[in-house]
Amino acid sequence: MFSDASNFVQGVDTSFAIILGASLFFLVGITAVMVYFVVRYHKSRHPEAKDVHESRRLEITWTVIPTILVLVMFYFGWTGYKPMRSIPDEGIKVKAYAQMWSWQFEYENGKTSDSLVVPIDKAVVLDLISRDVVHSLYIPAFRIKEDVVPGRTNKMWFIGQKEGDYDIFCAEYCGDRHSYMLSKVVVVPEDKYTTWFNNKTTTDHPGLAVLKKNACLSCHSLDGTRIVGPSFKGIWGHEVEVITNGEERSVTVNEDYILRSVYDPNADVVKGFNQGQMISYKNIISEDEIKDIIEYLKTLK
Amino acid sequence: MSVALTQPVNFYQANKGLFSWIFSTDHKRIGLLYFYAIISFFLVAMMLGFLMRLELISPGETIMGAKTYNQIFTLHGVIMIFLFLIPSVPAFFGNFFLPIMIGTDDVAFPKVNLLSWWLYVLGGIFALLTLVVGNGPADTGWTFYAPYSVKTGTNVTLAVLAAFILGFSSILTGLNFIVTIHRLRAPKMGWFKMPLFAWALYATAWIQLLATPIIGITLLMIVAERVFGLGLFDPALGGDPILYQHLFWIYSHPAVYIMVLPAMGLISEMIPTFAKRTIFGYKAIAFSSLAIAFIGYFVWGHHMFTSGMSGPARVIFSVLTFLVAVPSAIKVFNWVATLYKGSIDVKTPLLFSLAFIFQFLVGGLTGLVIGALATDIHLHDTYFVVGHFHYVMFGGAGFAFFGALHYWFPKIWGKMYHEKTAKVAFTFMFIGFNLLYFPMLVLGIMGMPRRYYDYLEEFTTLNVISTVGSWILITGIILMIINLIQSKRTGGETTRNPWGGTTLEWQTPSPPPLHNFDAVPVVPEGNPYDHKQNKSI
Repeated sequence: MFSDASNFVQGVDTSFAIILGASLFFLVGITAVMVYFVVRYHKSRHPEAKDVHESRRLEITWTVIPTILVLVMFYFGWTGYKPMRSIPDEGIKVKAYAQMWSWQFEYENGKTSDSLVVPIDKAVVLDLISRDVVHSLYIPAFRIKEDVVPGRTNKMWFIGQKEGDYDIFCAEYCGDRHSYMLSKVVVVPEDKYTTWFNNKTTTDHPGLAVLKKNACLSCHSLDGTRIVGPSFKGIWGHEVEVITNGEERSVTVNEDYILRSVYDPNADVVKGFNQGQMISYKNIISEDEIKDIIEYLKTLK
Repeated sequence: MSVALTQPVNFYQANKGLFSWIFSTDHKRIGLLYFYAIISFFLVAMMLGFLMRLELISPGETIMGAKTYNQIFTLHGVIMIFLFLIPSVPAFFGNFFLPIMIGTDDVAFPKVNLLSWWLYVLGGIFALLTLVVGNGPADTGWTFYAPYSVKTGTNVTLAVLAAFILGFSSILTGLNFIVTIHRLRAPKMGWFKMPLFAWALYATAWIQLLATPIIGITLLMIVAERVFGLGLFDPALGGDPILYQHLFWIYSHPAVYIMVLPAMGLISEMIPTFAKRTIFGYKAIAFSSLAIAFIGYFVWGHHMFTSGMSGPARVIFSVLTFLVAVPSAIKVFNWVATLYKGSIDVKTPLLFSLAFIFQFLVGGLTGLVIGALATDIHLHDTYFVVGHFHYVMFGGAGFAFFGALHYWFPKIWGKMYHEKTAKVAFTFMFIGFNLLYFPMLVLGIMGMPRRYYDYLEEFTTLNVISTVGSWILITGIILMIINLIQSKRTGGETTRNPWGGTTLEWQTPSPPPLHNFDAVPVVPEGNPYDHKQNKSI
């Protein structure tokens, strides 16, 4: 706490200090009075109870003072929050795509990255776009969070004020691998950022690039590990046992099978995996892209 | 007070056999039917919570996979909320004691009351069926957020139908209590002579009646979306996920007051009895219940500060949220003031009440932290919220429930529980509870999101402490239950009024006869908690 990682930390942490401080004061104070009364007026020390019915003055006091206090708390909460919604027009624009279960950041020049690289001391404005369900982009060190809601584009912004790597979490529950939907904000000096930003060469196989772009790898591993769906390692050309309409049968992984698995994933479900886990990628992944994927799968022995 | 030489036939002895119970229209029997069902569901959901904490004792897979974990936390939430917290106090204590405390022989509609229990059972069966049919229990969280709840292959339809049916059970209970309080109060039992528990149930009943239909229709919309692809909430079909969140919280925020208001009513009963003096600020407590119920309708948006809701909406909901804190604070001040100059007898129900005040304070004050915009943006959907919610719901409502279970134990079962064991069990529960949930508040401030099956190394220590706390808490709960079962069998004899209480239920034999009283109850002249008057009866 109380770092200065983003331009919001001070405002938020000030409201934390004020509200938590006042809360702690009341918690300790009221508890102490309560325990004191129980000890002081225990029947062994105070055998005869005295009725005190009510006191209008006290009731008014402990209505008015808390009302003022909570309104003060509201005020500090509001002032700490206001700058988050004053989104500047100028700044580095990045589209943040969320999908089960990965983040992808797309820059103005078309460069994509699975971590959010930003220059220090520059305003960064994120367009939050969901490709499936509700997610939430959360950067604890920056004290910011905004839901990524399908069908609308929410916005958030920040200025990274200290170099370093900061965790990004998905904060809105989104299914099996919600807790693995992680990324990093990487705050770097301006010149390093410019170099990174302009370097668009990728060493990835075009098929691998398609798999990464569509978050295929959050369910299908490349190294044989079982996640939500079967691993891609070594499946090309192999026989697999699948369930088709409740019947078990054996198919060879070929062009047809891959195409069907991408466009109609529930038609043949590999035995031992659940139905209804994968959406159809028709109109999302083109047939040319599937060809790239197939070429890539052939390299995964 | 004279005790008849031959005890009158009590409501247990009046009729015998299974059918005399499950088709009974006696409010006391229906209350007990609810109790046995509610406590069974509580124990099931407690074990689910135990398994979740065990999974979270270390990062990575410990005892189950991610999907199973997600299903378990969903079922834990659904059972605890819809099958334990919402019915707990009104449907058990309310059914059993409301008619007695206002001096009448039953609720206004006894058959509707029986119907509401049957609906509860049906809803419970639906919830449990999700375990054995189809693709297993829902994995959406108890909030059923769209569009995930529309897309997931698990048994969401059955789970939301369960909640839908349980909603009707809750509506009928609320309706019954409103009419009972308006129409069936004993002669001389004016509104301001009613026990505060009746006031709390009255305020709650209005929320049950008016807010529950909204969740009913919302959940049916989820079913329609899943079955017919209607396009209400899923943007892929032209719907709006934010609309779902509004509809869901328009009920589910007032619903937390359904869970905690009756519990506050229990505290207002127990504290004067064990302080041996009248309640401080009777009217302030009664009116604050109504104020909470009323303002509570207008704060739902604070669950959506990060959803992309408009700026002005966020500000307005934040102000209203802070205002609803005031009537709760008024109650706390009056309870503490009731201890002033009392002659305090520290029995188990009082210990639970004091723990309630402390834990409810933690829950309420942490509520201020997440009611403020700047801090909520950081804390929303983190473990801080999980900690806050459990402090209010378990540390508050749950502890009040268990306190009242001891308080009214002699009245319901006609035996006295074993005091020393009860105090030991309470101590385990108090320590275990705080050890379990306090670390969650810290984890949330550190940034650990909720509903996380796995977490980063840096969160390990606090998660271990929390899991150890769950073991201590469960030890306490099991000890408490064993003690109560044992006491029911072999506990000491009790009288009509073992605690020196002043409300009407203490004028009738323990357990009460079928029609509640063996003589016309005497409604006290002044305030219902006037101990001086009690002595002259």
